[in-house]
Amino acid sequence: MAAVHDDHTHGHHGDHHPSGIMRWITTTNHKDIGTLYLWFSFIMLLSGGTLALTIRAELFQPGLQLVTPEFFNSLTTLHGLIMVFGAVMPAFVGFANWQVPLMIGAPDMAFARMNNWSFWLLPPAAFLLIGSFFVPGGAAAGGWTLYPPLSIQMGVGMDMTIFAVHIMGASSIMGSINIITTILNMRAPGMTLMKMPLFVWTWLITAYLLVLVMPVLAGAVTMLLTDRHFGTNFFNAAGGGDPVMFQHIFWFFGHPEVYIMILPAFGIVSEIIPTFARKPLFGYASMVYATASIAILSCFVWAHHMFTVGMPVTGQLFFMFATMLISVPTGVKIFNWTATMWRGSMTFETPMLFAIGFIVMFMIGGFSGVVCAVVPIDIQVQETYYVIAHFHYVLVSGSLFTLFAGVYYWLPKWTGHMYDEALGKLHFWLSLIFFNMIFFVQHFLGLAGMPRRVPDYAIQFADFNMISSIGAFGFGFSQLLFLYIVLKCIRGGEKAPAKPWEGGTTLEWTIPSPAPYHSFETPPLVK
Amino acid sequence: MGSKPVAGLVGFLLTALSLYPVTGMAAADPYQLNLHQPQSSIASQIYDQHTLVMIISVIMFFGVCGVMFYSMLKHRKSQNHQAAHFHENTTIEIVWTIIPVLLLAVMGYPAAKTVIAMKDTSNPDITVKITGYQWKWGYEYLKGEGEGVSFYSSLATPLAQIENREPKGENYLLEVDNPMVVPVGKKIRLLITANDVIHAWWVPQVGVKQDAIPGFIRDSWFMADKPGTYRGQCTELCGKDHGFMPIVLEVMEPAQYAEWVAKQKAKSSAQAIDPNKVFTQEELMAQGEKVYAGTCAACHQANGQGIPGTFPSVDGSKITAGPKADHISLVLNGRPNTAMAAFKQLSDVEVAAVVTYQRNAWTSKTGDAVQPSEVKEFRK
Repeated sequence: MAAVHDDHTHGHHGDHHPSGIMRWITTTNHKDIGTLYLWFSFIMLLSGGTLALTIRAELFQPGLQLVTPEFFNSLTTLHGLIMVFGAVMPAFVGFANWQVPLMIGAPDMAFARMNNWSFWLLPPAAFLLIGSFFVPGGAAAGGWTLYPPLSIQMGVGMDMTIFAVHIMGASSIMGSINIITTILNMRAPGMTLMKMPLFVWTWLITAYLLVLVMPVLAGAVTMLLTDRHFGTNFFNAAGGGDPVMFQHIFWFFGHPEVYIMILPAFGIVSEIIPTFARKPLFGYASMVYATASIAILSCFVWAHHMFTVGMPVTGQLFFMFATMLISVPTGVKIFNWTATMWRGSMTFETPMLFAIGFIVMFMIGGFSGVVCAVVPIDIQVQETYYVIAHFHYVLVSGSLFTLFAGVYYWLPKWTGHMYDEALGKLHFWLSLIFFNMIFFVQHFLGLAGMPRRVPDYAIQFADFNMISSIGAFGFGFSQLLFLYIVLKCIRGGEKAPAKPWEGGTTLEWTIPSPAPYHSFETPPLVK
Repeated sequence: MGSKPVAGLVGFLLTALSLYPVTGMAAADPYQLNLHQPQSSIASQIYDQHTLVMIISVIMFFGVCGVMFYSMLKHRKSQNHQAAHFHENTTIEIVWTIIPVLLLAVMGYPAAKTVIAMKDTSNPDITVKITGYQWKWGYEYLKGEGEGVSFYSSLATPLAQIENREPKGENYLLEVDNPMVVPVGKKIRLLITANDVIHAWWVPQVGVKQDAIPGFIRDSWFMADKPGTYRGQCTELCGKDHGFMPIVLEVMEPAQYAEWVAKQKAKSSAQAIDPNKVFTQEELMAQGEKVYAGTCAACHQANGQGIPGTFPSVDGSKITAGPKADHISLVLNGRPNTAMAAFKQLSDVEVAAVVTYQRNAWTSKTGDAVQPSEVKEFRK
């Protein structure tokens, strides 16, 4: 898409904002807030990763070595909550903050002060989650899914978790409203909806999903809270309630949630592949429709997380077929990316490597998803390591890999410097190899019968667990290399041109690198 | 379109797949790659459907990757490949939407038939009620041969093995004191529920996994093809000892099963005791120690000290050193919204014994001996 750019944005020197720490606390600038989101999520990634490494250290050998079973359950619970709500979701919101205004030619987000508030709600929530490890009774230990009646038995750590979920939910809803309003009202003249970059499209759809389901989660945890403290019996059979009702409500949030974590990833990949193939995205319109169908279908498949609760036959069949149907638009996306690469003129810089790594690994996660969708097979693999392998293939080599791809892709625009390409490639290969070492063998563990969320296991599972643990430590320490690459790029390096990637076509490449503090004050004209 | 490398890869993979089921056959193989060898019709349908889905997935995976890698090899800038500019093709887009739909139908049809068969719990030969407790299983034979037999089934692996003080045995964490026993070739209907939190009863070889939900009863069934010992585990997170409540299912020839039933019945009639009998404190303490180890020690610990902040001490606490009535009532009714469940399922003798034990075992010596008749009064 061609853009006529206004020259006023180039030499802008009229910024008057507080400096030092107050700059960050009071900022209403979308770039500052985007940066805050990204650093926050990286810190959460390392915190959640530390919990994961403690889990893998305990599982290195059979027997109990390092932690007690109660603490182990807290580790798995908080690992899930921190990674989902602290790392992956805020990271994508950080990308939206930085990139949505730049890609639609808007000067900032629609509600700048609310933007500040949605970010600054997150650190208190993080303190509640991590702080819950230090209260009597320890952190919540009922799994990130918080199923009652087990979560009713927990101590004050569970209440802190519930409060944290409330706060993070409020933050997400505000962030989403902001993104929807920005995209619908602040696009540059000439940018119709069907000319929007795909990253913007996927975020628009994701934001609607968030507004739809976050209140449902808030409702579910509020019922949990009143069951715990105010004598209600929503989930207590003895009082006329039903523990399974919680699962229905939770997964009505929880399944769209997994698409909330993957749709913006699809968007990032759909920007990167055409850039490095130097060829327009294949099937733009079908990509938009596929994203929308995935989002709509994702609201009708929640009970596939509950095939073992004993649903009626019709329920099981409905949710099986609906779930299988999602693989059709998802397949369309994979085919479109492949067709975009076909007969292109490709180069393989780090963002492209991570994007291709994503496609291949995400296919494995997608196929194991079909395995899990088939009810009879799911009866065998539900709540085993097979499921752990499945959702880490879509969340780590899915969401996390695309987050890395996006960081490398836009880092020159954000910092004004090129990152170290050789180290970036090393980071990719280390991540890819160690990731597969952790999770590929877990398919076998699950099929052979190792349940998830156990601190100890039968001796037949010893070898694969050891391989998995070694991979986990390799993967964890590889991310410190990523931190080093980013810091090095911020501090200096080769000067980045306005358009560091030959094939870039979107609006952000029309402004200088680093992007000036205020950009697109006069909207560009999109033809 | 790079058909040669693709065909080569598919060929390699099909060879690998044909070996795949074989590698999963041996029991407790540390390199088991596949589902367990099925021992019931449902389990073997599941096994076959998994193989079918795997074959389709692997072919698709290597097909798409083959095209992608061919493109990556040939269509690169360093090879001076000029980028084409096509960006849609309605025909191919319709084709690659329809093909997955057809493949899904191929996978969905047999699956739907199995789902319907799994739910058909009619006309069972034997009905067994299974109850999940934190952290053990209870079995009651309700109907059919063995009616009236009931017992608890807890982990038999010694703590010393778990804490690495002794070498681990062959069936580490997969062994119980009292396995569930059923005859071969009979339809067994399972009524599954729980006492405290949600558990899940899973024996992979017979293809049954069913959540045990407190306050609700769900049913499932299996018919085992061959005699043998099949091992499973609880698969729904149920608190701290979730990883330590395995399931062992022994499938026997009908004659052996009849013998087992007779033995169980003889055992329970020997245990049936006059509820008004008065026990000595020594008898109660001896029995109480056993009940405590099996029921209470998981939380309150063998030394009665509990785990500070999580599980309260029972050694000379307000309850165990206070009035007997409060103590008995707490054991029977539990404390709502905490991990302290109601232990109504214990017999009067067991409750009397364990209360006596808790009141006299460690530093506090109240000297009380609680009799079963006292417990009986608290049951309503």
